[in-house]
Amino acid sequence: MLDTQPDEGYTTADGRKIGGVAMEMKNITLRFGGVVAIKDISFDIRWGEVRAIIGPNGAGKSSMLNVISGFYNPQEGEIIYKGYRRPRMRPYQVARTGIARTFQNIALFEGMSVLDNIMTGRLNHMKANIFQQALWWGAAQREEEENREKVEKVIDFLEIQHIRKTPVARLPYGLKKRVELARALAAEPSILLLDEPMAGMNVEEKEDMCRFILDVNDEFGTTIVLIEHDMGVVMDLSDRVVVMDYGKKIGDGTPDEVRNNEEVIKAYLGVTDD
Amino acid sequence: MLYREAGDFKTSYTSDNQTFPIRFDRYGYYFVLGVAFLIMPLILNDYWTNALVVPFLIYTIAALGLNILIGYCGQLSLGTGGFMAVGAYASYKLMTGFPDLNIVFVILLSGLITAGVGVLFGLPSLRIKGFYLAVATLAAQFFLIWLFTRTPWFFNYSPTGMISAPTRTIFGVPVTGASASAVSMYMVCLVFLVALAWLARNLTRGTLGRQWMAIRDMDIAAEIIGVNPLWSKLTAFAVSSFYIGIAGALLFTVYLGAAEAGEAFGIDKSFLVLFMVIIGGLGSIFGAFAGAFFLIAGPVLLKIMLVDNLGWPTDLAAHLEIMIIGALIIVTLILEPHGIAALWRTIKEKLRLWPFPY
Ligand SMILES: Nc1ncnc2c1ncn2[C@@H]1O[C@H](COP(=O)(O)OP(=O)(O)OP(=O)(O)O)[C@@H](O)[C@H]1O
Ligand SMILES: [Mg+2]
Repeated sequence: MLDTQPDEGYTTADGRKIGGVAMEMKNITLRFGGVVAIKDISFDIRWGEVRAIIGPNGAGKSSMLNVISGFYNPQEGEIIYKGYRRPRMRPYQVARTGIARTFQNIALFEGMSVLDNIMTGRLNHMKANIFQQALWWGAAQREEEENREKVEKVIDFLEIQHIRKTPVARLPYGLKKRVELARALAAEPSILLLDEPMAGMNVEEKEDMCRFILDVNDEFGTTIVLIEHDMGVVMDLSDRVVVMDYGKKIGDGTPDEVRNNEEVIKAYLGVTDD
Repeated sequence: MLYREAGDFKTSYTSDNQTFPIRFDRYGYYFVLGVAFLIMPLILNDYWTNALVVPFLIYTIAALGLNILIGYCGQLSLGTGGFMAVGAYASYKLMTGFPDLNIVFVILLSGLITAGVGVLFGLPSLRIKGFYLAVATLAAQFFLIWLFTRTPWFFNYSPTGMISAPTRTIFGVPVTGASASAVSMYMVCLVFLVALAWLARNLTRGTLGRQWMAIRDMDIAAEIIGVNPLWSKLTAFAVSSFYIGIAGALLFTVYLGAAEAGEAFGIDKSFLVLFMVIIGGLGSIFGAFAGAFFLIAGPVLLKIMLVDNLGWPTDLAAHLEIMIIGALIIVTLILEPHGIAALWRTIKEKLRLWPFPY
C-alpha cells in the first residue's frame, strides 16, 4: 500500500517535464538541545526538477539536507520517499536508496587520488565478496573494470581527465568542488543533494558549475536539491524554491512567485541581497 | 635504461590499473621474486637465515597486517603483540590437539582464529576513535598476555609455562622443530609472505580497500556515500588480525620453536611492528617490506659494524641502536609521515621526468 497518492506531474512554461512527487517532507522538526534548527517544515520534491533551498545564514538549510541524507534524525515529522514512509535509517542505508550529496565544506578523501575518490562513489554498485576481491578474481575484476568505465564517463563529463591520478590534497578549491560532484554523480543517484556547490568560486568556475548541474539534470534526468546563496544562480537553475528563515519555511514556489512574496522580500531578499 | 611510461601505452583499464604500471618496475619485481625463490635458497647460511632473513619475512607479514588496520583503515592498534600471541598459542593447541593436521593448515587456521579474536577486540572501534581506541587495544594486549600466562590449558599444563613446537613436515621435509633446516624455514615463510602480500595488494586496490581508506580519511563523508562503517572497520580488524596471527604462528612454530607469551609477544613487539609501519610508510604495501627490513636488518648490521668490527661493548651498541631508531621515528614523523615508501615514490617521480623535469 502506498503511503501517498501518486500524481502525474506537469509541464513547465518553458516545456520541461516534471514528474510526480519523489520525496515529501511532512512536518519536520529538528532540535539540537534548545536550538530549533527546523520548525515544522513541509515541502515536496518532484522527479526531474531542480529544487532550490534558500535562506540567510543559519536558517537551517544544511540541516534539512542532513535530515534527507539520514545524518540527522528529526524529532518530529516524517519523510515519504518513492511513495513509502521512510523508516529511521543510517546514512549509508539512505545512500543505497539512491540519494547522493556534496557537502558545504568539501568532504573528499584527501589521502586518495581523484580516480579513487570517484570510484568510491560507485561502491553501492559493486557486489564482489571479500574473497573474490582478495584473489582479484571473477566478479571482483569484472566489476572493477565495468565501474571504471562508468567513472571515466563522469570524468569526461566534468572535464577532469587531466587530474585523474592526482592526489586530491593537491587540488585547488574549485577543482575539489568539481571532484566532489563527480563522486556524487558516479553513484548514479536518483536524487542529488548539493550544499552550496558554488560557494567560494570565481565567476568562471560558477558558470562551469551551473552548466554541469543543468547538464546532469537534462541528460540523466537526475532530480536535484540545491542550496545556494547566489540569487542569480538560483533564479536561473531552479524550477521551484523553498525559502527558509530561522528554521521556518516562509516561501515555496517558482522563482518568480518567491521573488514577489512579501514575507520573503522582508526576511531575506531585502536584507542580504548580493 | 629509461624509466618511464612513454611508449608503454595502456590500452585497457585493467592494464592501467595493474600493480606495476611501468614495465621497468614489473621486470624489477620478477627479478626480485626470481632471486628470492631460486638464488637465495642456494646461498643462505644458518647465521643469516636466523639473524635476518626469516625474522624479516615474518615481521613483514605482521607489518602488512598492521598497515591494513592503521595505514589503510586509520584505526590505531597497540595490540599487535597480543594478537601474535593468539596466533602462536592457537597453532600450538592445533599442533598438539591434531597431530595429523598439516602445518600449513595449522598456520592458516591460527590466522583465522586470530581474525575472530581481532574482530572481537575491534568492536569498540565502532564507538571510540584515535587515542581512546589505542588505549583499548593496549588493554587487549595486556589481557591476552595475562590470559596465556595464567591459563595452563593454553600451554598444556607444562611446568615451565612454555610452549614448544613439535616437528612437522611439508612434503616430508621438516619445517618446524629442531630438525628443520634453514632453507626449509626460509621457503615456508617466503611462500606465506608472497601469497599474503599479493592478497593484501588486491584487497587494498579494490572496493574494500577504498572503503577502508574512505573511513580513514573522513568517516562521516564515507558513511554518507554508502560505506557501512561497521563492516569496513570489522573487515579491517579481521584481515589485519589474520595476517598478524599468521605472523605469530610462524614466529613460534618455524622460527622460535619455543616461546612464552610475556617474553615473546610483549608490548615491545606491538611497538616494534608499529614502528615498522610508520618508518616504512602508512598505507603502502611496499612500506611494510621497507619498514620491516629497516628495523630487522638495521640492528643486525649495526651490531656487526660496531661490536664485531670496531670492538665496541655490546651494551653500548645496543643503546646506540635504540637512540638511532628513536631519532629515526621522530624524523620520519616530522619530515616524511608516509615513510620510506613515500621517499621511494618521490624518487621515482623525479626519475620518470629525468632528465627534463619540465
Ligand atoms: N550539529 C549541530 N549541533 C548544534 N546546533 C547545530 C548543529 N548543526 C546545526 N546547528 C544549528 O542549527 C541552525 C541551522 O544551521 P544550518 O547549518 O542548517 O544553517 P544553514 O542554513 O545551512 O546556514 P549556512 O548558510 O551558514 O550554511 C544553526 O543555528 C546552527 O547553529
Ligand atoms: Mg549550510
